Amino acid sequence: MFSERILMQFPRELVNEPLLSIVTKEFDIVFNIISARITENEEGQLKVELRGKRPNVLAAVDYIKKKGVSIRSLSKFVTVDRKLCTDCGACVVQCPTGALYYEEDLSVGFDAAKCIACELCRLACPYSAIVVAHADEVTHV
Amino acid sequence: MAKTYEEINDKIKKGKAVVVTAEEMIAVVKEKGVRAAAKDVDVVTTGTFGPMCSSGAFINVGHTKPKMKITKGTLNGVPVYCGLAAVDLYVGATEAAEDDPLNRVFPGEFRYGGGHVIEDLVAGKDVRFVASAYGTDCYPRKELDTLLNIKDLNEAILLNPRNAYQNYNVAVNAHGKRPIYTYMGILRPNIGNANYCSAGQLSPLLNDPHYRTIGIGTRIFLGGAVGHVIWQGTQHNPGVPRTDGGVPKGGAGTLAVAGDLKQMSTEFIRGASFRGYGVSLGVGLGVPIPIIDEEMAKFTAVSDADITAPITDYSVAYPEASGGPIGEVTYSELRTGRITINGKEVPTGAISSYPKARKIAATLKAWIEAGKFLLTEPIAPLPAAESGYKFGPLKERKK
Repeated sequence: MFSERILMQFPRELVNEPLLSIVTKEFDIVFNIISARITENEEGQLKVELRGKRPNVLAAVDYIKKKGVSIRSLSKFVTVDRKLCTDCGACVVQCPTGALYYEEDLSVGFDAAKCIACELCRLACPYSAIVVAHADEVTHV
Repeated sequence: MAKTYEEINDKIKKGKAVVVTAEEMIAVVKEKGVRAAAKDVDVVTTGTFGPMCSSGAFINVGHTKPKMKITKGTLNGVPVYCGLAAVDLYVGATEAAEDDPLNRVFPGEFRYGGGHVIEDLVAGKDVRFVASAYGTDCYPRKELDTLLNIKDLNEAILLNPRNAYQNYNVAVNAHGKRPIYTYMGILRPNIGNANYCSAGQLSPLLNDPHYRTIGIGTRIFLGGAVGHVIWQGTQHNPGVPRTDGGVPKGGAGTLAVAGDLKQMSTEFIRGASFRGYGVSLGVGLGVPIPIIDEEMAKFTAVSDADITAPITDYSVAYPEASGGPIGEVTYSELRTGRITINGKEVPTGAISSYPKARKIAATLKAWIEAGKFLLTEPIAPLPAAESGYKFGPLKERKK
């Protein structure tokens, strides 16, 4: 089972399109919505995990992209600024996916591939060491 | 077989002292036994790094021309206490910036405050000082707006009334319906997580549980520089229940400390922002413990498995000052990242940094081994359990 965690950004004219429904049927994949919202620019922003056979997931991503939706990998949003991090772990205990974890020596490790960019860590970090990029700063898939 | 401070210092000066960290001491005692360890080891170094709210800095900015008796002032927009002599002031760690919305938009971010001013000073950054005065015959000037840099200040003294808590609570949210925002971090409902804040086996006062060697005058590592213990800390509470080994089962002794802020480093002095709670200062502190006899060897071999902390509900029991802990847990359990409370598995997270605590103990060890840091015998002891000294609540009254 292959899984891709992405942020889909729908332009205003595509907000009413049932794209996710279409690709799940068309490409035989399943999805798990992490969050969905309408931004201040009236764009739709959907954080979603697509699961299925690798070629199918990639084809679905491709299909959505061609429809005019910009797609970014959720693993590209969050970084830990090692100069600011004190290795306490106030973030570790908030992380819902285990992307932030304690290393053997109790320093804080970060596995970006597991990150869903929920930002709970950013709220919990006393030293502002969690940096979350704005969507525009992250390159497209 | 007892050793004096003089004997230990002589060895340090000759580069012959045997110094180990409190973490290393556990293995030394396990391997050699208390007796041999007491003979072989001269000093055990400890360390802790965490937010310590009862912290701040006294600074003297120097006199303006004409002179001014500063009555009100801000540093980078953070109010500072000026009710002292003309150009002395105190930057309190938890003071929020004047225009901070605090918790009016809940939970507040508290991005910048006294702790951050102190960090910026230590970093050598210019900070903006805006001050006013009512004017007197001897101090006529009324307004001031200038940049300050730590290198130009006459004095910058970190002076913290309460640091290095000897053990602390494990915080959970047992009854709240939403996440609660505390100085122990964000606590999710239904005991969704448990946060703790102690260096445990590396923590200074847990390695000298009865304050036999740590006292007033003890030279310490503070914020990356040399500092001193100047008094027992506020809320010092030695008379709490203890294990058979003498380790307090919850918050007990505390230290008041001071040191030269100009010598400190941002690696160990950090402004902190606790969502929904406020600003604080992350402080790194380490104390060397002379192994004057077998008892000190035994105490410094304390390990996380020997130290328990009370699991405390921060949704009702703590804020309402009612009800006791809902359980207890050892630091070795806490450090696995998961504990069980009322049959439920709960993730644990630290608010203090164990890697930084380890680095502080190692740095202090290196200073002592290099002969750069000598031990001091306390000029007066901290009140111990049998003294009756205790921490009481406020008795509110109108007359």
